[in-house]
Amino acid sequence: MNKFGFTISKGRQIDYESNDRRIADYIFEKEPSFRLCIECGGCSATCTTSNFTVFSLRELNILIKRGENDQVRQNLKKCMLCGKCTLVCPRGVNTRNIVVLAKKAFQKSDEYAI
Amino acid sequence: MQFDPFVIPFNIGLYFILIYVVARSVIWFRDLSRPDKLRLQRGFFGIPFALSLKEIFMESLIHRKILKTNLRLGYMHMSLAFGWFLLILFGTIEADIFGAKHLNAPYKAIFFRFFNPDHGRMGFEAAYGFLMDLILVFILSGLLLAVTKRFYSKIVGMKKTTRLKLTDRIALTSLWLIFPSRLLAESFTCGVYGTGSFLTGSLGAWLAAFLPAQQMAYPFWWLYSISLGTFFILLPVTRYMHIPTELFLIFMRNAGIKTGDKAGTYSEVQTYSCSSCGICIDACQLNFSAGITNIQSAYFMKAIRNNDDVSEIADNCLMCGRCDQKCPVGIELSPIRMIQRRGGEAENDIRNIYKGYFRSRQTIISEKAIASSNYNFLQETVPEKTDILYFAGCMTHLTPSIKNSMIKILDASGVKYSFIDKQGGACCGRPLMLAGQDKEARELINYNSQMIWKSGAHTLVTSCPICYKVFKESYYLDVEVLHHTQFIKMLIDDGSVKLNFLHKKVVYHSPCDLGRGSGVYDEPKDVLKHVSRLERSNFEDGNSLCCGGSLANMKISSQTKKKIALDAAIELTKNSPDILATACPLCKKTFSAVTETRVADISEIVAEALIMNPLKKNSGSNISSIKELANI
Repeated sequence: MNKFGFTISKGRQIDYESNDRRIADYIFEKEPSFRLCIECGGCSATCTTSNFTVFSLRELNILIKRGENDQVRQNLKKCMLCGKCTLVCPRGVNTRNIVVLAKKAFQKSDEYAI
Repeated sequence: MQFDPFVIPFNIGLYFILIYVVARSVIWFRDLSRPDKLRLQRGFFGIPFALSLKEIFMESLIHRKILKTNLRLGYMHMSLAFGWFLLILFGTIEADIFGAKHLNAPYKAIFFRFFNPDHGRMGFEAAYGFLMDLILVFILSGLLLAVTKRFYSKIVGMKKTTRLKLTDRIALTSLWLIFPSRLLAESFTCGVYGTGSFLTGSLGAWLAAFLPAQQMAYPFWWLYSISLGTFFILLPVTRYMHIPTELFLIFMRNAGIKTGDKAGTYSEVQTYSCSSCGICIDACQLNFSAGITNIQSAYFMKAIRNNDDVSEIADNCLMCGRCDQKCPVGIELSPIRMIQRRGGEAENDIRNIYKGYFRSRQTIISEKAIASSNYNFLQETVPEKTDILYFAGCMTHLTPSIKNSMIKILDASGVKYSFIDKQGGACCGRPLMLAGQDKEARELINYNSQMIWKSGAHTLVTSCPICYKVFKESYYLDVEVLHHTQFIKMLIDDGSVKLNFLHKKVVYHSPCDLGRGSGVYDEPKDVLKHVSRLERSNFEDGNSLCCGGSLANMKISSQTKKKIALDAAIELTKNSPDILATACPLCKKTFSAVTETRVADISEIVAEALIMNPLKKNSGSNISSIKELANI
């Protein structure tokens, strides 16, 4: 049968109910400045790691907030904690602490252990 | 037989503490690593031993370093330590000479007056009694200061005094009671017999005039004995453990033992040597700029001693090293903090009063093993062969003016160099270390090391003190690591670069990791003196401030950091300099945000002062023009 080049794309809706926000809640509690993030992407633009590989702190922040932890877990360990993102952040978000806390949170929950 | 039941509390306390100290030192010695054991054994002979004895006299008794920082606080510590020592020493001699027989039990010396009430009426005996009274006055004057300090700390020139826990309070009370009760007990006894010197004699005579001295004396001798006994028994679980521990610390330090990366005997001995004098609290910028008053080293040491969870305290620190510099006992506070950071959150033991006496090793959760490499995306690259490597570092890339100035200086000097992270390199690893993630840091260190090895360079120049410190301490490289200020000084000294004198007033801020962290104080100032009018600030060298931007502290908010930076900037720009010079990109960035004064890195100032040598590039044409002139 001729498909005329059309395919059925995968569902892209985000199901907030099924996502696990424990990691996000843990970070919100320990580092309140996480709430200040406006997702401008300044952190990603200056990032040392993203100079070498695909890595975006902005993306990870969004994913953590959504509770899509699988992708975060795989990518988070690429961070070198150099701290440039903290310095450029226009909102004064303590980004280094967010990474450290997220690592710690993953370490604590067996399900996501890195 | 000279004996009375009231000496029993004192005897119990004394023999308990003696046995305890011996047992504890055996445990400590056993836990030392083998090389450290040998070092310590060697430390008990020859010159190190003499040095240790001298240091014990100067620091543990006289408290020279506290006297230097704060005269009144020093006098307080000295009068209690040195005075008590003298009292015991001369008391023992007194009991030996004037007592019923030689070589008495210790209590005979301590309670000499009780057993020899009729002693000291004339001649040498009276003179000796005068000396003993003088020592007691010396101690009591210090005690008066100590009591006043507890309620009004400004009396000894301290802004804050340490907070105490319950056992500390009981021990403190018993310590406070020791000398007044001795004074009263001796006075009453002297009052009855009409003996005693200027203090005990006259006080005794006065008291005996309207009080039944005979009956009053005995309870005070009991009180004296009980307070001594209580103090000795509580000593191991309170901060007063520093009295015996500091002797160990001095011997171990003079034997050449270092703190190292892991918790062990030495770090534990240092922890117990802290007397909570509170000098670190006044030195801490988090205290006087940010108002955070529970994380200072004195509290940190106390929390470790109490087996509390210290991860919050350990992480909330700028690691500026001001307290290390000020500590009169010489405890390596920053390395101990780093050990705790590596340990992460320790499991808290159930509180148990007996546990304080023999503290179990802190149980540290071992990190779950990470099988795969974290940074396997870092490609191995082969750098070009060169003599001198320039590593700008992450922070320098964020402040390109420093990087550009360095390139200008390097080009002008004509040295053969290669800019290793021109396109942005990997991080040096120190930020990870400061977060306690040593294993990850090691990966980056290995990556950078192989790059540096392959380049075949003999010198590595870096612009960032954070990188400089880690290259110096944690990389095992066969190259000379220089901070760019040191390198520029070399270039100036051998005439590779020629500089103008800028008529500018400059004040220098010494970055923590470069100054206190790595001991580079003079080179940056020499360079600045060469190109400008360097002014002194109130915070020079070891006493320099932290800019507040430190990567070491992840707990404080950006507002708090700004507050610290603002306070530091105000102090440094008091004499309104033209330029606030620093040698660290992070300091530059932090200060720029809070001050109107121009903030510049030393490399920028030097690049500005650079005389571009026309002879170097156009030397051929110059000669020809001279020839032409000659022809005409």
